[in-house]
Amino acid sequence: MKTLDVVIAEHPFFSGFDPAHTALIAGCGRIAAYQPGEFLFQAGLPADDFFLLRRGTVALELEVPGRGPFRFGTATAGEVIGWSWLFPPYEWQFDARAIDAVGVVRFDGACLRGKCEADPVLGYAVMKAFAGVLVDRFIDTRLQLVDVYGHRG
Amino acid sequence: MATVAEAATRNAALLPRPWRVVAASRESHDVVTLELESAAGETSAWQPGQFNMLYAFGIGEVPISFSGGDPRRLRHSIREVGTVSRALAGLVPGTLAGVRGPYGSAWPLDAARGGDVVIAAGGIGLAPLKPLVERICAERNDFGSVSLLYGARTPVDRLFGACLADWRAQGIDVAETVDHADAGWTGQVGVVTTLVRRARFDPATTRAFLCGPEIMMRFTALELERAGLAPTAIALSMERNMQCALGWCGHCQLGPWFVCLDGPVFDWPRMRELMMVRGL
Ligand SMILES: Cc1cc2nc3c(=O)[nH]c(=O)nc-3n(C[C@H](O)[C@H](O)[C@H](O)COP(=O)(O)OP(=O)(O)OC[C@H]3O[C@@H](n4cnc5c(N)ncnc54)[C@H](O)[C@@H]3O)c2cc1C
Repeated sequence: MKTLDVVIAEHPFFSGFDPAHTALIAGCGRIAAYQPGEFLFQAGLPADDFFLLRRGTVALELEVPGRGPFRFGTATAGEVIGWSWLFPPYEWQFDARAIDAVGVVRFDGACLRGKCEADPVLGYAVMKAFAGVLVDRFIDTRLQLVDVYGHRG
Repeated sequence: MATVAEAATRNAALLPRPWRVVAASRESHDVVTLELESAAGETSAWQPGQFNMLYAFGIGEVPISFSGGDPRRLRHSIREVGTVSRALAGLVPGTLAGVRGPYGSAWPLDAARGGDVVIAAGGIGLAPLKPLVERICAERNDFGSVSLLYGARTPVDRLFGACLADWRAQGIDVAETVDHADAGWTGQVGVVTTLVRRARFDPATTRAFLCGPEIMMRFTALELERAGLAPTAIALSMERNMQCALGWCGHCQLGPWFVCLDGPVFDWPRMRELMMVRGL
C-alpha cells in the first residue's frame, strides 16, 4: 500500500511540490470515502478541511430556497475542492455532495494552516497552488455566465 | 466586363442542384438532421469539415456543414435559429432542397495519424466534427488515445446521444459536460474547458480539432496551449455570415481570409490574433 505522502505527491494538485513539503502536508491528511448522495461538506458548517479527489465525482451545489439545489459545477479525480478553510470565518458557503462512490484525501485545514504559518516557503507553495485553482474556477464561472450556446452557436 | 460565357459560368456556380429529403430526424428540441439524395442521381465528394449551401426554396440559402453520410446520401444537422434554418429543419421526406457544394477546407486528419487526438465540441459544433470522429473510429488503430470533449448548454440540448455511446464502445474517451443542470443530471457540470484539464493526452503528439461558439473555441485553444500543445497542432472551424460561398461577395471575410474559401477549418495561429480583435 502506498504511504500518504506518495499518494499526495502523485496527485496533480501537489505535483511539483518539494518532497519535504509533501511529507509535512501528509501529516495533516487522511484517506476517506463517501457514498453516493453523502455530503463532503455543507453550507453554514465550519470549514475545517479540504479534499484531494482520487476517485468519483462530486457535485458543487447551492441550496436555493423554493428551488432546491442549484448545481453550478462538478469536480472529479485529480482535482481539489474546498478553500473556505483558508480564510476566516472558516465556514462553507456551498455544498459538496458525492454523485457516485468518491475517494479522497481529507486534510485538516487548521493543521495545515499552522504549518504554513510556521514555514512561509511551504505557505507560499500551498497558496500558489490554491490560487491557480481559484483562477481556473473564476474563468470557468465567467464563461458559464456568458452562456455561449444560448444565442449564437 | 464579363463575357457572356464568363457570366454563364458564374451563374452556373451559383445554381443550387435539387436534392431530395429522404429522412428527417429530430436530434433535440431545436436540431434536426436531414438526409438528402440527389434528384438527378449526382454524388458529392465531400470531406469532414466542409459544408454545403442549403437552399430552402423561396426562402433562402445558408451554409451547413456535413454531419455524416456518404457521397450519395448526405447528412446535415441543422439548428433552428432563424428563418432559413427553421424552413430547412421543417422539410419532410419527399420534398426537395437546393444544394451547392461541397465548399471549404477539411479537417487535417492525416496530420493526426500516429499521435493522440483531442476533439472539443460545443453545442451544434458537434455536427461538423461527427464525420471526423466516424472516420477515426473506422481507422482507430492509426491513432493513439482519442478524447472527445463535448459541452452542451443543458442535458436536453445534448446531441447524438446514441453516437456518443457507440464511439465510447469503439475506444473513444468521450467526456461530456453541460453548463447548467438540475440535480437529476449525474454527469459533469461546467464549461468544456474543464474537460480539457481532465483529459489525458501526450501534448507532444496531440492534434486538436475544435468546433463551437467562438468564445468556447478561443478558451479551449488557450487551455490546450497551456497543456503544452503547439498552436499549429490546433484546428478550428469558424462560422461567419456567408452568401456566395465562392469568395466573390466578401460577406465572410475575416481579416485577410475568406471563411468560405480559406476556411471554415483554420489552424489556430491564423485565428489567434483575429479572435481577440474587438468587433471583428
Ligand atoms: C461554414 C459554416 C458551417 C455551418 N454549419 C452549420 C451546421 O452544420 N448546422 C447549423 O445548424 N448551423 C451551421 N452554420 C450556421 C448556419 O449557417 C446559421 O445558423 C444560419 O445561416 C442562420 O440562418 P437563418 O436564416 O436561419 O437565421 P438568421 O435569420 O440569419 O438569424 C436569426 C437569428 O439567429 C442568429 N444566428 C445567426 N446565425 C447563427 C448561428 N450560427 N448560431 C446561432 N444563432 C445564429 C442571428 O443572430 C439572429 O438572431 C454554419 C455556418 C457556417 C458559416
